[in-house]
Amino acid sequence: MYYIDPHIHMVSRITDDYARLARAGCVAVSEPAFWAGFDRGSADGFADYFRMLIDVERRRAADYQIQHFCWLCINAKEAENVTLAREVIARIPEYLDRPGVLGIGEIGLNKNTPNETTIFEEQVDLAAATNELILVHTPHLVDKYRGTRMILDILTGDSRIDPRRVLIDHVEEHTIRLALEAGFWVGITLYPTTKCTPDRAVDMIDIYGPDRVCVNSAGDWGPSNPMAVPDFIRRMRARGYDESAIRRIVYDNPIRFFEQSRRWDFTPPLPVEARDPQR
Amino acid sequence: MTAEQILETEFLGVRHRLLDLAASLDRAGRAEGAEALHADARWSSIKDALVVLTEDRTDRAERVQMLFSDPYRSDWRTPRS
Repeated sequence: MYYIDPHIHMVSRITDDYARLARAGCVAVSEPAFWAGFDRGSADGFADYFRMLIDVERRRAADYQIQHFCWLCINAKEAENVTLAREVIARIPEYLDRPGVLGIGEIGLNKNTPNETTIFEEQVDLAAATNELILVHTPHLVDKYRGTRMILDILTGDSRIDPRRVLIDHVEEHTIRLALEAGFWVGITLYPTTKCTPDRAVDMIDIYGPDRVCVNSAGDWGPSNPMAVPDFIRRMRARGYDESAIRRIVYDNPIRFFEQSRRWDFTPPLPVEARDPQR
Repeated sequence: MTAEQILETEFLGVRHRLLDLAASLDRAGRAEGAEALHADARWSSIKDALVVLTEDRTDRAERVQMLFSDPYRSDWRTPRS
């Protein structure tokens, strides 16, 4: 089955992972800008990182016939440095028209501090001013519920923001309903220990249905599983979902959300029935 | 799947995770300083979560999540003195 991983940090993965993704049927990845494991020292450091996302990862993915898309932002963790964050935000518009850049993300909150909130609001303002899609990072663990509600307060309080153009990522059992009822897209992240298992993701789809729901691996430089979406596909099959229902979550839904970006230049793979019957 | 089928499929996995959990709690209880665990909010949250698991409801996962979550304040924009 062809699938799309709508949130994976390939800049921190080796090419073996691209090969594995391709073998498993991955045809596209969407890579948000995130924290690299250390606090960058300058806006130029972010500029170099944006070039890696836009140019290098696009080429690296293409070597494995995977289409690569990305998002740009200053992430929630480094948003605590307001001065640096504003320098980065000022640089983002020069990259927004580059091929494959889908919008502003993954912006959000980390420890729910006033500085993080300020920078989140300023990036929401940028997205509204430039009519970009928004990909939202919700905090981890103990901070997630409070941070998600704060994020939703900000977004729903801004009349310029269309919830159908925003994806609230890393939702879990206590935050998914809040985001869906407010009209947003959601991402369920399949990540060891600190986020969801494939079965818990299927549980949430059992309860809330497939509308505006995506799943992702958020594979990064920490212990994580870039094959989490194929694992999820297997669990959906084991729990009785048919191929069209699974395809909706892992292929159709990401496309439906991303195609709202004017730089979504995804070329669908050939369907199986279109192959040359002589081969 | 029926409840019976789910139990049939998942019993060994649940048993495994319960044993792992029991072993972790035993390990903490045998360790130096165990008498102070009852004063640790995390230990209290774990015990509260175990109570949730024994209740006959279908929203245990969400309720356990809330036990391990900081509360939300609707006045979060107002600086606290």
